[in-house]
Amino acid sequence: MTGSEGAAWVFGDNIDTDQLAPGGTLKGGVEEGASQCLRAVNPDFAGQVRKGDFVVGGRNFGIGSSREQAAQALCHLGVAAVIAPSFGGIFYRNALNFGLLALVCAEAGKISQGDRLTADPETGEVRNLSRGEVYDCEPLPAHLLEIVSAGGLVPYLERKLR
Amino acid sequence: MGLTLAEKLIARAAGRDEVRPGETVTVRVDLAMMHDSSGPRRIAPILERLGAKVWDPERIVLVSDHWVPAVDAQSAEILAITRRWARENNIEAFYDMVGICHVVLPQGGHLRPGMFAVGGDSHSTTGGAFGCYMFGVGSTDMAGVLVTGETWLKVPESIALDWSGKLQRGVCAKDINLALCAHLGLGGAEYAAVEFTGSLIAELGMEERMTLSNMAAELGAQAGLIAPDETTTEWLEAAGGNPGEAAPWRSDKDAEYSATHEFDAGSLEPQVAAPHSPANAAPASSYKGVAIDQAYIGACTGAKLADLHMAAQVLDGRQVARGTRLLVAPASRRDMMQADTDGTLAKLMGAGAIMMPIGCGACAGFGGGVLAEDEVCISSTSRNFQGRMGAQSSKVYLASPYAVAAAAVAGEIRDPREFLAKG
Repeated sequence: MTGSEGAAWVFGDNIDTDQLAPGGTLKGGVEEGASQCLRAVNPDFAGQVRKGDFVVGGRNFGIGSSREQAAQALCHLGVAAVIAPSFGGIFYRNALNFGLLALVCAEAGKISQGDRLTADPETGEVRNLSRGEVYDCEPLPAHLLEIVSAGGLVPYLERKLR
Repeated sequence: MGLTLAEKLIARAAGRDEVRPGETVTVRVDLAMMHDSSGPRRIAPILERLGAKVWDPERIVLVSDHWVPAVDAQSAEILAITRRWARENNIEAFYDMVGICHVVLPQGGHLRPGMFAVGGDSHSTTGGAFGCYMFGVGSTDMAGVLVTGETWLKVPESIALDWSGKLQRGVCAKDINLALCAHLGLGGAEYAAVEFTGSLIAELGMEERMTLSNMAAELGAQAGLIAPDETTTEWLEAAGGNPGEAAPWRSDKDAEYSATHEFDAGSLEPQVAAPHSPANAAPASSYKGVAIDQAYIGACTGAKLADLHMAAQVLDGRQVARGTRLLVAPASRRDMMQADTDGTLAKLMGAGAIMMPIGCGACAGFGGGVLAEDEVCISSTSRNFQGRMGAQSSKVYLASPYAVAAAAVAGEIRDPREFLAKG
């Protein structure tokens, strides 16, 4: 299964949860938070990212707080997957719990802003259509793939508890 | 081959004789801790959607510390939801505005060596100081725990951070944390469970150990563990808890660590981390003369009783510099009351410190004491990410309570040893 095509939004190392979900927005709802997502590093991102686009990060993407609004904001903006060489441990869980595919990809640094990508959640294969390259990511363990495929932990539990 | 402390704790919770790094296991959760920001306001709608009740109200500890005291209708509503949920779900261990979750949890006697616990906050690694396996999770993850009493975990590698020797006067656990952030890099532990070992750690009191485990989060560690000993047991007994047994919870002699880093405490200088990363730490002397607008002593990392004592040692008989403000937000009511009884508060206030409400305060920019554009702050908190404590252009330097107090008195960053009598 190959996912659909989208553009890459590329960020550097150590994108933290205060950048993804600024503290000042946490009292409010997800719309407000998402509109401010990553404004400190790319003020155009929240307004211009399109459904199905990809966020490509450097090391420690999502490091910091346990606030899951960091992952929820990306979901709300329609991001198809986050691809990075390493993730903050809590962000990684939060992303999958929201049904947001998070792929550990050692070669994420080869992706440039605007490259057209596809990602296969089952094999973990990322295709860079703009460069004709294929990157291997660490495949998700089966139970996490199940959670992502269900659309997140809540729909997964909904099914399981029924 | 033996097991590390982390592996023993996880194996126990997984109902297994042993676990090995890399495997994913399902574990029973002994205790779930959450606060007003990550807790009821986010998990209640999920439980409702699932039509599920909490698995065991006696295993839940709820703490209102982030949005306290309410400053507007929105924060008041968050706190009201938290109180209502505690009542409706019979949560007896509900701490409302009496301290920060990571400090209140052990002070309330809720932790015991050998436990497996999760917390709805990234600094939940603090529980590791008591020989508990404890880590932070998001609200949806927490909702899963509350419904099933279980969670999953990829067993981490273990890294030993071994400290020998004695700390110089004016140097403390916070300096160790900052030095480690600079040495390993932000997130440098890469999901490993770090274990603080060595002769220095054995001599540290519980609050200093808590500070070490707390900032395992900044190292990107899955947990920040310290093997429990008599110090742990006595502290937990005094807190009114049941300390259980400390002896089983230590790494085997032939346990396998993915790395062991050895440090000499005696050569460690007071540290300061420049904006906007804890990994920008260097000896305080290298930032000497940086003018500051605000000095902040607060948070689970830096406003426990031991932290207030450190600040008071520097501030006793001195005055906060003109043009500089010193804000102090104690970590818990118990810490504040003890600081009152032993004369510490009088020393702080006598020097001109402004006492702030107990709670997380300005650390994450939620409470009082946030910064204006371009303002410079030195803080005993754990994170100085851009914009976290207020305006985007504000700058936060991280340091120990000694160094924060020294900067408050000087109006600029200084090596705190200049303000401490030789002894």
